[in-house]
Amino acid sequence: MSTETQNLTLVQAVRDGLRTEMQRDEDVIVLGEDVGKNGGVFRATEGLYEEFGDDRVIDTPLAESGIVGTSIGMAAYGLRPVPEIQFMGFIYPAFDQIVSHAARLRTRTRGRFTCPMVVRAPYGGGIRAPEHHSESKEAFFVHEPGLKVVIPSTPADTKGLLASAIRDPDPVIFLEPKLIYRAFREDVPAGDHTVPLGEAAVRREGSDVSVYTWGAMTRPTMEAAENLAEEGVDCEVIDLRTLSPLDRETIVDSFEKTGRAAVVHEAPRTGGLGGEITAILQEEALLYQEAPVERITGFDTPVPLYALEDYYLPSSTRIEDGIREVVDFP
Amino acid sequence: MAVHGEVWSVSDVFDRAPDDRVQVLDTDGELVGEPPDLSDAELIDLYRHMRLARHFDERAVTLQRQGRMGTYPPLAGQEAAQVGSAAALDDRDWIAPSYREHAAVHVHGLDLSDILLYWMGHGAGGWSTDANVLPAAVPIATQIPHTTGLALASKLRGEGSEPSQQPGDAVACAYFGDGATSEGDFHEGLNMAGVFDVPAVFVCNNNGWAISVPRERQTASPTLAGKAAAYGIDGVQVDGMDPLATYQVTRAAVEKARTPGERPRSTLIEAVQYRFGAHTTADDPSVYRNEDEVEAWRQRDPIPRLERFLRETGRLDDGAVEDIEASVRDQVSTAIERAERAPRPDPEEMFADVYADRPSALRAQQTYLHRLRDRHGDDAFLKE
Repeated sequence: MSTETQNLTLVQAVRDGLRTEMQRDEDVIVLGEDVGKNGGVFRATEGLYEEFGDDRVIDTPLAESGIVGTSIGMAAYGLRPVPEIQFMGFIYPAFDQIVSHAARLRTRTRGRFTCPMVVRAPYGGGIRAPEHHSESKEAFFVHEPGLKVVIPSTPADTKGLLASAIRDPDPVIFLEPKLIYRAFREDVPAGDHTVPLGEAAVRREGSDVSVYTWGAMTRPTMEAAENLAEEGVDCEVIDLRTLSPLDRETIVDSFEKTGRAAVVHEAPRTGGLGGEITAILQEEALLYQEAPVERITGFDTPVPLYALEDYYLPSSTRIEDGIREVVDFP
Repeated sequence: MAVHGEVWSVSDVFDRAPDDRVQVLDTDGELVGEPPDLSDAELIDLYRHMRLARHFDERAVTLQRQGRMGTYPPLAGQEAAQVGSAAALDDRDWIAPSYREHAAVHVHGLDLSDILLYWMGHGAGGWSTDANVLPAAVPIATQIPHTTGLALASKLRGEGSEPSQQPGDAVACAYFGDGATSEGDFHEGLNMAGVFDVPAVFVCNNNGWAISVPRERQTASPTLAGKAAAYGIDGVQVDGMDPLATYQVTRAAVEKARTPGERPRSTLIEAVQYRFGAHTTADDPSVYRNEDEVEAWRQRDPIPRLERFLRETGRLDDGAVEDIEASVRDQVSTAIERAERAPRPDPEEMFADVYADRPSALRAQQTYLHRLRDRHGDDAFLKE
């Protein structure tokens, strides 16, 4: 394997991951609204149309259900479609196709037909976007058996997880944190690079409290952890990376060490993944628990328009506040 | 603005082939069709509304560039279709708009500063209207079935607010783009409109581009108007950059919707036009279309077209144009000042209208935010 790297932003890593997989496997096909000539509204597919042509980078009509439904047919035939939904807030017309068909094609045919498809969609708030452009509804898809759900938080992981998702035999919902599409650069392995699905990453080791997060919330969580370190609070920060299936082992191992936990997500609190992670801790490590698990999340309201979104999204201040509640208990 | 006039007989408009585009003014402002029976004042009002929309649009794009407003979808080039069609509606009629219909919703009663506040991120903070206008639908085509539902309710019940009104008197009007015709909701909404024979008008503002995807890539159908046939409703194509033609056709569709008879009550209007600017301020159209195409469409600009007609028929002169220009500038400046004077909404407003009665969990979250703000101060939350 090459040790060569490129210094890329997260969105450039999406593009590099797509390009590398398209070069590796001619069955990989990108389709969606504005992905071709325009190179994607976030430029995630820039240059792919020119390099691979309009049979492999397909500008579609404006039809999310059609894009995903067509992808399911292509996948059943044996291709590896990577449909793009322009914003997660526009995925709902395709929801029926995803949950009623993509998620269970394998089950319904005892493996005769499968759906090796990756639905890419930017998600999350914080970019002063118009209405329906800031949602974080990963829990809908985690709730659906048969789907895998992946959210990267770094450029290298983005490329590696996307490659693994494309090679995966089952449908993957690949949600990209658009808030940090261009926030920072990182050395990303050039050429072939995979990061396994289903494995969390320990971003910071610590002994006092386990803080579980993913995607765009990883950065303010790390910032909060560093601030708290100055006060003598030692946080372990775990970036889950794959939300379905969850890496229960890493989640539980950390908690057995710290006995205290907080979960940070920008999705609404009720029915969010924070509840599932708390349940795992209850099931697997109850006797280690020293404090209630704190959920630091978006509120149970529609994501407000941007004048108020800074209050809605967990900030490092809020995260610090929440973690203090956990470590100060009782 | 309520303008009324005699329209062409129904058969003139709705018996045309789907590609037989209705035009009243040619690109030079010469009459090539029957003008609506509107008073001079009403015609000048159409012109003024288009000037207002254009100036509002220019200022809004500038506000975004200056960081005083968020992402904004411009409408320049599309004034005639919006103003001409909305002017053909009465106050009791309903509009279900997409996000680009600033002119149509203003004609129907929305305040300009409320429209600005929405794009300034204040959301419902800017919702102060009693007009029959649903909030702009951002997900594409989703407002089309709503329009069918509004029209079905009108057919079943009438609006209720006016005792004299007969069921079906209130017409529902949807606005959407060419891209929306590819969505399932377009099919489902129009299909149900046909089945239930509801008083609805579906105005497709075909501006040629759904972000970077051209109209030819949306459908292999030669026209969008022709799609109406599949739903058993009427379809008509109109020059969407001709305000008199869009008024005429919409007025005819509205009258037909109000009057149960031989013909289907619903109409799909394909208003052919062009978006001069970007899809939104976050879009760069130079990546996917060339300047020659834009320039060719600029020759069809609806505003000089109507102005030439009004001048040549003696309805408008230099002085009147200057007065209109000045009043339009004043009106937009005042709206911007009002919007910018509005304080940042109270953060706890986000909890206010989620439900009629706030559940306890939501009250607890509100208390939590209140406590956090007390503890850390608002500056700890705001990124700017």
